[in-house]
Amino acid sequence: MALAPDIAVSRLREMMRIRRFEEACAEMYSAGKIRGFLHLYVGEEAVAVGVMPALTPDDAVVSHYRDHGHALARGVPAGVVMAEMFGKVEGCCHGRGGSMHLFDAPRRFYGGNAIVAGGLPLAVGLALGDQMREQRRVTACFFGDGATAEGEFHESLNLAMLWKLPVLFVCENNLYAMGTALSRHQSQTDISRKAEAYGIRAERVDGMDVVAVEEAARRGAAWVREGNGPYFLELMTYRFRAHSMFDPELYRDRAEVDRWKLRDPIKRFTLVALGDGAISEDDVAALARDVAREVEEAVAYAEAGTFEPVETLLRDVTTPREVALP
Amino acid sequence: MSAASSPIPVPTNGAGSSGAAAAPAVTHMTYRDAVRAALREALLKDERVFLMGEDVGRYGGSYACSKGLLEEFGEARIRDAPLSESAFVGAGIGAAIAGMRPIVEIMTVNFSLLALDQILNTAATVRHMSGGQVSVPIVIRMATGAGRQLAAQHSHSLENFYAHIPGLRVLAPATLEDARGMLATALADPDPVIIFEHAMLYNMEGELANDAGAVEIDRAAIRRSGRDVTLIAYGGTLGKALDAAATLAKEGLEAEVIDLRTLRPLDDATLLASVARTRRAVIVDEGWRSGSLAAEISARITENAFYDLDAPIARVCSAEVPIPYARHLEQAAIPQPATVVDVVRKMVSRHG
Repeated sequence: MALAPDIAVSRLREMMRIRRFEEACAEMYSAGKIRGFLHLYVGEEAVAVGVMPALTPDDAVVSHYRDHGHALARGVPAGVVMAEMFGKVEGCCHGRGGSMHLFDAPRRFYGGNAIVAGGLPLAVGLALGDQMREQRRVTACFFGDGATAEGEFHESLNLAMLWKLPVLFVCENNLYAMGTALSRHQSQTDISRKAEAYGIRAERVDGMDVVAVEEAARRGAAWVREGNGPYFLELMTYRFRAHSMFDPELYRDRAEVDRWKLRDPIKRFTLVALGDGAISEDDVAALARDVAREVEEAVAYAEAGTFEPVETLLRDVTTPREVALP
Repeated sequence: MSAASSPIPVPTNGAGSSGAAAAPAVTHMTYRDAVRAALREALLKDERVFLMGEDVGRYGGSYACSKGLLEEFGEARIRDAPLSESAFVGAGIGAAIAGMRPIVEIMTVNFSLLALDQILNTAATVRHMSGGQVSVPIVIRMATGAGRQLAAQHSHSLENFYAHIPGLRVLAPATLEDARGMLATALADPDPVIIFEHAMLYNMEGELANDAGAVEIDRAAIRRSGRDVTLIAYGGTLGKALDAAATLAKEGLEAEVIDLRTLRPLDDATLLASVARTRRAVIVDEGWRSGSLAAEISARITENAFYDLDAPIARVCSAEVPIPYARHLEQAAIPQPATVVDVVRKMVSRHG
């Protein structure tokens, strides 16, 4: 099936803007503007960009600590995300969360969870709330292969299937739990089979192919929305850059990284879309200029932002009591 | 819409049995009955409220607090959860964010450690991490404390773990009124609230006004007035402190007994005002002494009322041992009225 031009442009733009955004994050880290842990999504863009179109604005998203791509693809403005990483008041969480804890309640984007697998019970609960309120909503829960070793993963899959909760589980299998290879942390490396063990319908999909990801995500979201219970996607992907800015990458060969780079989701999709005639070389060049400008503006927005005065340090821990009990 | 739509009466501070006029009709019941009445009222008043936990449904609750609720409210609202503390507490957090008002029951505080990740890393932090965008209006109830010979994995008092955590409100109902009234106020709170029910209190009997309802959850209560020493207790130790006070009264020593009620945030003002009057303080806390709530309270009194004191602050806490099974050892490990009496006698004779 040939790609529709508007879809092709949209998917390519989203992947390119995440890539450019992440590159700018690395530059800003080197410049000392961003500190703390910074986990880049470079190489995994097709996952977020393929899954998000399957969701509606009423659906919910739960992410993990490598969350910039999910936030951007969900529609959180780049400037607001960058300002958060600069620790500025203009950030989506006023600088309280940082890179690993992006939140946007109006977009039902519920973090940015930096406890591996900690977001799964939360996603199950969001879905439980939606089910009890008889909303035909989906909660998409992103997590990595590392999370599948945690008890919370297994508890959550069991509970979601037991109660037929509307969760779309999205495992981004990038083959490493930080620096530990999948085969060194899992007795069963086919993660989709773990979901099947709980009776959950599961697919293993090429996560470097945005079209394949989107098709699978649409199948999964439709299944969930129809009230059939959870659905599980294992998306095979790869992170091109280090785990975080502190990672010297002693655990994998350069050759392995280079092999995966041949499957770069952006290059690959560009070739397919060009071949289909869905986009032109001029389109690609224009998109590159657009996203570069958008990210430049995001950095300028963050740079121009303000730091919260320390006098308000204790805000947002609990709700002020006069609000709590009128 | 608030679950506690009725005005919240402030309990009278004092031993008060003075309100003889127009005494409301009362019912004789147990603490367990009061908890069940609170649960039932919450479920009746607000459709967003549901109860979730291990054996809360068909079994009727491991301490029988939810007996009959499954039959009345159905499986969707009285949810038996698998033995997955982290998942069902996390599910409560997510459901709260999605607009529900979950009451999650954990069998005992020892098991709550399996859900500590969700309670600390999610429930207590989401509001802050999100810059105030996302609140978590969940209520988590659990049994705590020793006294039933359940040994070292079912008997501890870990209230101080939770009282340590910014973002949580921690309650310890020690009376029928509070067992009946704290839940509604907790449900009206937009942030996570943990309620500790001491396992030895469930069979405690008393009279409860038929119109008992929501109570405030900000202040400590003076359960007995006195001028010679302040005994500070909560949950399972309140009755022991009152027993000790009764014994001391026979010796002419009038102890004031404070029930903390809310363990986080602590009501410093009530504590300090009492100590300023009595000039002596003994904290009775079933937690282990090291790093205990008693230690925190002692520090606050020392920091703020050092020159009011006539004697060093004393603590009666649990011995530094996992709670043993054998009854005599279990009882020796936890605070007892006789110990409190001894401590007060020495304090008064040495510095009196």
